[in-house]
Amino acid sequence: MLFKTFRLGGIHPESNKLASSFGTQVLPLPELVKIPMVSHIGAPSLPIVQPGDRVKVGQLVGQANGHVSANVHSSVSGTVLKIDTVVDTLGKEQTAVFIKVEGDEWDEKIDRTPDVISTCDLEIPHILNKIMNAGIVGMGGATFPTHVKLMLPQGKKAEVLLINGIECEPYLTCDHRLMLERGEQILVGVSILMKALGVNRAIIGIEKNKKDAIINLKKHLKAFNGIEITTLKNKYPQGGEKQLIEALTNKQVPHGGLPIDVGCVVQNIATVHAIYEAVQKNKPLIERIVTVTGKSVKSHGNYWVRIGVPLSFVAEQTGGVPEDTGKIIVGGPMMGRALSSLDSVASKGTAGLLYIQNEKARAKEEGNCIRCTQCITDCPMGLEPYLLKSQVDMSLWTEMEESRVMDCIECGCCDYCCPSNKTLLSAIKQGKQEVGKIIRDRNK
Amino acid sequence: MPQLNKLHVSPSPHVHSGDTVVSKMGTVIIALLPAYLVGLYYFGLGALIVSGVAIVSCLIIEFFIQKFVLKQKSTITDGSALLTGLLLGMNLPSNIPAWMVVVGAIVAIGVAKMSFGGLGRNIFNPALVGRVFMLISFPAKMTLWPAPMPLNMHYLDAETAATALSISKEFSVHAVDNWDLFIGNAGGSIGEVSALALLFGLVILLIRKVIRWHIPVSILSTVFIMAAIFHFASPDHFPTTPLFHLLSGGLMLGAIFMATDYSTSPMTSVGMLIYGVSIGVITLLIRYFGIYPEGISFAILIMNGVTPLINKYVKPKRYWEGSKK
Ligand code: SF4
Ligand code: SF4
Repeated sequence: MLFKTFRLGGIHPESNKLASSFGTQVLPLPELVKIPMVSHIGAPSLPIVQPGDRVKVGQLVGQANGHVSANVHSSVSGTVLKIDTVVDTLGKEQTAVFIKVEGDEWDEKIDRTPDVISTCDLEIPHILNKIMNAGIVGMGGATFPTHVKLMLPQGKKAEVLLINGIECEPYLTCDHRLMLERGEQILVGVSILMKALGVNRAIIGIEKNKKDAIINLKKHLKAFNGIEITTLKNKYPQGGEKQLIEALTNKQVPHGGLPIDVGCVVQNIATVHAIYEAVQKNKPLIERIVTVTGKSVKSHGNYWVRIGVPLSFVAEQTGGVPEDTGKIIVGGPMMGRALSSLDSVASKGTAGLLYIQNEKARAKEEGNCIRCTQCITDCPMGLEPYLLKSQVDMSLWTEMEESRVMDCIECGCCDYCCPSNKTLLSAIKQGKQEVGKIIRDRNK
Repeated sequence: MPQLNKLHVSPSPHVHSGDTVVSKMGTVIIALLPAYLVGLYYFGLGALIVSGVAIVSCLIIEFFIQKFVLKQKSTITDGSALLTGLLLGMNLPSNIPAWMVVVGAIVAIGVAKMSFGGLGRNIFNPALVGRVFMLISFPAKMTLWPAPMPLNMHYLDAETAATALSISKEFSVHAVDNWDLFIGNAGGSIGEVSALALLFGLVILLIRKVIRWHIPVSILSTVFIMAAIFHFASPDHFPTTPLFHLLSGGLMLGAIFMATDYSTSPMTSVGMLIYGVSIGVITLLIRYFGIYPEGISFAILIMNGVTPLINKYVKPKRYWEGSKK
């Protein structure tokens, strides 16, 4: 059977889904959590608690600040110690609310029963309001506030809702587990989103290596109208928004455009689940699944981790950092970040903690570009990474803009395939920053 | 827990395909072996000496230039100098004096490759520049090929014979059977005689994804179609058949191994097709109307020169252009 996929480029890295057969476990609570005020793209939230305040699980501690910002809730019950800074996974300091954990007392409004509530009679504005209040952001990595994404620009209409169940990053299995364990909840979440967007069609895209997830979702599908599941070929970066849209609908987002320009809204599986919990169970986004894995890890796992739990605690509780670890990545190996320490905390976008063995950790020596054309062949955006790199080296910003550097989705396929080990992506990112600045200045 | 202060921090991505320059060059060399072995079989000792001298001198010259002239780290182990040497050797007649081969190697590595900045920076295919320099400097020796003779033990004194292509040029006849051309039982440069072995190499290159199909296929099909048009339009003027053109001379070796050289060929599929079709046309025009019997070397070098222009104007298909069929 021929499965669909996107058209240009793409790679097939070793999938290494070592943790996929491990059911989720709940990570114990630490003594202290540091809840960051930024775990989303946009303005940091404003802390609204004082040292000494007692808080419950699910209580608002950070108020969204401005349009593109999201609420932040306490993930534990206890006493606020201080408002201080924590190093985020990028190495930047962020404001965080430090809470000493005492018991596990939840906000009474939250429905903690496992029962699935499938009917939702709320009006659209009410749904959107609940999503906004719950502090939901895109959990696939971009962490863009979801309520903002759901507010469509004037004059645009959504035709189809696309659900990203791809998880094409090697090693990560959190979305896979969610589809296996919370299939029905996800489908309810999809139907709520369909209602909120006013569409009568939704397509869930899942790669064919997650057969069990597809079977599980299909089992519940009968009860839902308008939801389809499309099995796709395995190919990275199919989870990229533009690639997923093309794979599922054959349409391309125009240059410089947004998915809504082709009538699509894309949401990640974990986000959809969070929306279900927010709307049906009044539960804000206070926890997520984090995959802990790596080639040398003895006990792989997928853990429900509360937001703000120190990563050092996550590591400790899940069997410790393997002895031969040379690099720790938060997220997947293609787009994740290498950490300089485990001092940062789990945030809404933390999908995995990945230990890379020493011998694989070091960057290999860079050689001349041999012009093998591999990076062009594999670039899913149809760019010329080798050329962009040399344009950065010569600071040719105007030329870079003409070479469409701003279309780069930072997927890393070019670096992955380069036989000369060129660090193309970091150079291209630098170029994007410079060109972005020039474009902003021009539009002032 | 291990010491966390030794953590390696680098930008994404954190995994790699494992492809290296050495693995790419190595695959090309492996793909060349069948044709090379056929050459050794038909031209014996001379083939061994000529190709050996070509390889060794390319390696030594690159090493010396990097060590004493450019004073940079040696990249001799990347396999590219070895490949250039092998390609140069395979493009020469097996009875050419060794010192001429050394001259060719100096030009190939010193002038065509290192003076442009080494691997990936050169505009013209080094082995071809070396070969064409030799063709111009030593025209007599370069156009006199030994007759194929299994396991020939003669080197400089090997018995020579005209090649199929030069006979057809002079007397407008088919002197050699197409089947002999296909398997390699014909006069010519060491590595060019067996179309079969070269096509086998092409299959290896394509399967291992070292090259893409665009360049070899466009060159070969252009030559075939154009020769067919000429032949059937006017058999009196163009007695040679399209199949003969496909199998004779250095066309296969050139189309599969020389024109596909990474640094000197275009970067995009459309660019590759433009380049390949042009090479095919120029090759055949030289074969029909030029003073040399063979035109593939010149055709490739001419298009090498046009490649920077092609790369500048022919861009890959962008994501948002056109939809999936
Ligand atoms: S993959 Fe690397 S060596 Fe090949 S063309 Fe791109 S940058 Fe150059
Ligand atoms: S990182 Fe950018 S340039 Fe590189 S392959 Fe991905 S989209 Fe293309």
